[in-house]
Amino acid sequence: MYGQFKTIDEANRAVIDKVVSGAPFLTDVVPAKSVIEELNGKVLLHAGPPIKWENMTSPMQGSCIGAALFEGWATNADDARAMLENGEVEFIPCHHVNAVGPMGGITSGSMPVLVAENRDGGNRAYCTMNEGIGAVLRFGAYSEEVINRLNWFRDVLGPTLSKALHIKGDGLNVNVMMARAITMGDEFHQRNIAGSLIFLKDIVPFILQTDVDEKDKQDVIQFLADTDQYFLNIAMASTKAVMDSARQIQHGTVVTAMCRNGYEFGIRIAGMGDQWFTAPVNTPQGLFFTGYDQDMACKDMGDSAITETFGVGGMAMIAAPGVTRFVGAGGMDDAVNTSNDMMDICIDHNPNFSIPTWDFKGSCLGIDARKVVETGIEPVINTGIAHKEAGVGQIGAGTVRAPLAAFEKAIDAYAVKLGLIEAE
Amino acid sequence: MLYTIVKQNSYQDSVNLMLLTNKISTMEGITKVQIMMGTPANKDILKAADLYTEELDNAASNDMCIVVDTEQEEKIEEVLEEIDNYLSNQAISAGKEAFETVNSWDKAVNALPDANIAVISTPGQYAAEEAEKALDRDMHVMIFSDNVTIEDERRIKEKAHEKGLLVMGPDAGTVIVSGVPLAFANVVKTGKIGVIGASGTGIQEVTTEIDRLGAGVSHAIGTGGRDLADKIGAITMLDGLKALAQHNQTEVITLISKPPAKEVRDEVVQLLHSISKPVVAIFLGEEPHNHEGNVYYANTLEETAALAVDLVKGNEIKSNYNHLEDEVPAVDLKPEQKTIKGLYSGGTLGYEAATLISRGLNLGETDHDQAGYLLNADGFEIIDLGDDIYTQGKPHPMIDPDTRIQFFQKAAQDESTAVILFDVVLGYGAHEDMAGALLPGIEKIQNETKANGRNVYFVATVCGTDQDPQDIDEQKAKLEKAGVIIRESNNQATLTALAMLGIQVEEGTKEIVPATVEAANVDFTVSEAIEKLMNEKPSVVNVGLKSFTNSVTANGGRVVQYDWRPVAGGNPRLRKILSLLK
Repeated sequence: MYGQFKTIDEANRAVIDKVVSGAPFLTDVVPAKSVIEELNGKVLLHAGPPIKWENMTSPMQGSCIGAALFEGWATNADDARAMLENGEVEFIPCHHVNAVGPMGGITSGSMPVLVAENRDGGNRAYCTMNEGIGAVLRFGAYSEEVINRLNWFRDVLGPTLSKALHIKGDGLNVNVMMARAITMGDEFHQRNIAGSLIFLKDIVPFILQTDVDEKDKQDVIQFLADTDQYFLNIAMASTKAVMDSARQIQHGTVVTAMCRNGYEFGIRIAGMGDQWFTAPVNTPQGLFFTGYDQDMACKDMGDSAITETFGVGGMAMIAAPGVTRFVGAGGMDDAVNTSNDMMDICIDHNPNFSIPTWDFKGSCLGIDARKVVETGIEPVINTGIAHKEAGVGQIGAGTVRAPLAAFEKAIDAYAVKLGLIEAE
Repeated sequence: MLYTIVKQNSYQDSVNLMLLTNKISTMEGITKVQIMMGTPANKDILKAADLYTEELDNAASNDMCIVVDTEQEEKIEEVLEEIDNYLSNQAISAGKEAFETVNSWDKAVNALPDANIAVISTPGQYAAEEAEKALDRDMHVMIFSDNVTIEDERRIKEKAHEKGLLVMGPDAGTVIVSGVPLAFANVVKTGKIGVIGASGTGIQEVTTEIDRLGAGVSHAIGTGGRDLADKIGAITMLDGLKALAQHNQTEVITLISKPPAKEVRDEVVQLLHSISKPVVAIFLGEEPHNHEGNVYYANTLEETAALAVDLVKGNEIKSNYNHLEDEVPAVDLKPEQKTIKGLYSGGTLGYEAATLISRGLNLGETDHDQAGYLLNADGFEIIDLGDDIYTQGKPHPMIDPDTRIQFFQKAAQDESTAVILFDVVLGYGAHEDMAGALLPGIEKIQNETKANGRNVYFVATVCGTDQDPQDIDEQKAKLEKAGVIIRESNNQATLTALAMLGIQVEEGTKEIVPATVEAANVDFTVSEAIEKLMNEKPSVVNVGLKSFTNSVTANGGRVVQYDWRPVAGGNPRLRKILSLLK
């Protein structure tokens, strides 16, 4: 009934064992179309489960316009919009092509992507690079500044990092970076400053050895130094590589992906393979920069919830005391309670990521969709908050819950697939 | 106008500054404010928010930038002071609750490892399951919930009995353990009278009377209304009686019950006669004529309390405790005004009133089958407004005045009504000011009936003590001020109402006669768990209604709140799927 496994628990154990044995290495930064065949055409990747243009949020549409301008498919925003509305551009979820994308997740062929190689599963996953804050594509901005930065990513940052990683030779061991950063207060979604520093520390010696122009070296190092969230995208690609390897086991109820496209929240569970189970997304709640408030918040977007799927991000709230107050006005107690609640829907602790502020317990491991449905406790996701109008950018940060209905649909479908109950 | 303050080399985390910004923006006279570190990205945000000033040009990433938009320049100093205050005092002053809140049994036990009693107030269909989980963890159980099947009740009580545990309930409204009231219970003095009863308000009336008469209660064990039914066989009553019999500080035992099934009654009475301590028993509705040996039989709840108090104080036992004590108020009634309408929130209090009235009217056996009615004869009506048919989708009348006011109005419209008799029950769980909540309705009725040239009299009993969370004297004073005639007990209130209509209840006197039942050789040893329950302040896992924690923390017990939720939100299909996906 469950393949080689006698019980669901056994299948789930096998899935989480693959998560624990996952060994992601950051090996390269390459143009997306060189590793994602589908991007050699008028194709854009987006965050979340499949979505049509008309259902996209304004920021996601803005990102599409920016990508079209960046690729040179159009010379101005109006033409780009018309082209997108006409259906000239095909949309594919990042998740369908071994990729993940933050916020809008819009990825086009010429954008450089981080390559995370899982040496346990032998698979790879990709993610675009973090653009910093302010006017950025992932929040729907497509001004000249944004396009210029993307050009620089393509022409300078991407190639420089690629060269540095090639000089390094065997890639950077991401588990090691994460294990260190989690003890330094990162949870890898809201807070990545420690991870970003470790990455900077590890990569700079190799950047210096490249034959890149001195000015470019200087710019690259400055950009990495300025971009606190740079490591988020490394963590996303890495956790995606690990979860994709784990979901080769197509049995059981462990959640293998969570993502949002601003319209629907989608999850996958191991036993249902590639199928998405969706429910309307929630809107994040949190703290806002001056001049902005909850009413301006865009609905939940992004593949970054792959970090929570892996067991960090909001699931590891307690690891990052510095951001706990996004949970509410509370302090350590609230953070502990949040992570303790999350353990109620997880199967075990991940021994790779021991959290000092949690009595050195490992991070959450294996969200069991059954437990989510049983307890009604929805996974908590730490997230940036976009303005609901394209181009305004990030207006705050906070938390959002994965909607229960998606988990209910998943276990219902699994029970039907197993022939345990008639479809409703 | 924009004011800019740049604090050089004064780094703060962005979360802190966002929280600080939120706080400052609530100050009066501040149109807008933003406090950020002076990073290039933050400067862009300030520009986007129209809060950028030239002074920010030179601010660096480690400088704290405060931009305030206000029309009152003098506010700036206030803002800076508030910022300093905030930054120098960032410890989270979480309002620590007196108890932990958890969401599973395992966490409850972790939080309170020596928890020895679970109070369960989940919806009825889940209560038995949760009770079993408590029993599995060696806890006694009080089940406040109703709608538990009798089969489930039997099963869990048998399981408890085998494990040496007590299951109080289901539908147990009132329990007091070592001075700690649970659920709907009053704060009564701690003392030497042990109470066990199959009725919540029966226990409330007797324990508050004991308190009023100057004695105290060791424990009050609620067994649930069906415990003495033949299908249950008084499992809790028998174990509870043994527990009280073994409890050193308990000198007198008081038993309250509706008349049980014959075989069950015999077994209980046999046990009563085997206990070496004096026992006062009331089987509501029966009309005992004598006390038998060590077992004293009462007709009313008031008498039950009074007998227990005289026994515990070593006073001589009187032959009659049921005199009408107070003067009968003069009445001015129309000839057709001949009836009493009793509108009760406490079922047992209503039952007692119905019994007394049918005695006064010599009705003999009356038909109690009509739903919600405890008496409906010759225009006399006693209604239990806490009955299921009145509480479907509505709060219980001990919590909410609306249903009662409606019935007051209906009663007042009936031209035969002379007296409206009612109860106000105080204590934990009950409305914080029921007298105040009922008053507008009462006054309106009084005005309307007066305008029609009639008087309708309100007679009430307030069931409570001066230690209850409500102020009993104030409750009484409010009612009296509105002309409500207040009596000290339900018995006195009912007798007064009857006397106002010129009806007397014949008062039997009782003598002590030798017991006709022989003491049996009973094994009174109790389990360690019961001994602990009897001798220590309880440690409670409160499963369900959070307000039930109040009485525990306020009276020296310890409690962990279990915010219980039904599995899969109670969705039957998902529950089934979960059971299949094990």
